[in-house]
Amino acid sequence: VTSAERYVTAAYLVVLAVVLAYVVIYAFKLSRLEREVGELAELARRKKEEVAG
Amino acid sequence: VLAAAAAGLLLLGISLAFYWVPNAPIEGFRQRIFYLHVPVALTAYASFFWAAWKALRLLWTRDQRYDLESYTAVHVGVIFGVLTLVTGSIWARTSWGVWWTWSERQLVLFLVLFLFYSAYFMLRYSVDPGPRRASMSAVYALFGVVLIPVSFLAIRLAEGLIHPVVFTHEVGDKLSASQLVTFGICFAGMLALAGALYVNELTGKRLDERVSELREALS
Repeated sequence: VTSAERYVTAAYLVVLAVVLAYVVIYAFKLSRLEREVGELAELARRKKEEVAG
Repeated sequence: VLAAAAAGLLLLGISLAFYWVPNAPIEGFRQRIFYLHVPVALTAYASFFWAAWKALRLLWTRDQRYDLESYTAVHVGVIFGVLTLVTGSIWARTSWGVWWTWSERQLVLFLVLFLFYSAYFMLRYSVDPGPRRASMSAVYALFGVVLIPVSFLAIRLAEGLIHPVVFTHEVGDKLSASQLVTFGICFAGMLALAGALYVNELTGKRLDERVSELREALS
């Protein structure tokens, strides 16, 4: 493997790594949003029970 | 759809760059970074232009939804800005033997542009959310776009540079048909990738806002 081949591969891998990192960060964000929506649904259910009770 | 188009176009573009395009006469194998570095840089410029367009719409209409759109475009532009600097640095190392050179106006101006847009986040988060922050961010994003033509034209106006100039009126002499086609596919793929990131980010940020509104309404 020549030096040029190593550098070219590194450049392409850097872009791939950044895109993958973005996907991972986004997956964390989605799971946080899912948790927060779940908490809000629970809060809304309790409020509804309070109003009914 | 955008994400699928990005994946398809980029896979095709990279395959063509490695298996179809011949080695460049002077640059040789390392010229293949061109199909990555230039589309990434142009996509960063396109994202900043998009941010400025949304900022202009905000200032023109006072519609606050453009604030989030402009902010998201800057966010995507900065991601592509980082990639431009990193891939450019790798190309510089293999081509010129150095990771960075301060004597190249094109490089320094792109760094200034990148730092300018990075500072956008500091400005944005130093002001409380609301119309004032939206207006300040919009004006800042509009000022930044002035740097783009300066950055793009710097290399064409300067003398004695080592950074190559490919896209001139003689582009047909400098790039073969296979190189131009591959570049076009990679650029389209990169734009589609930026579009997909922009739509995802915007959806996520809007969801965040709505969850916060719901939390306030329920508490």
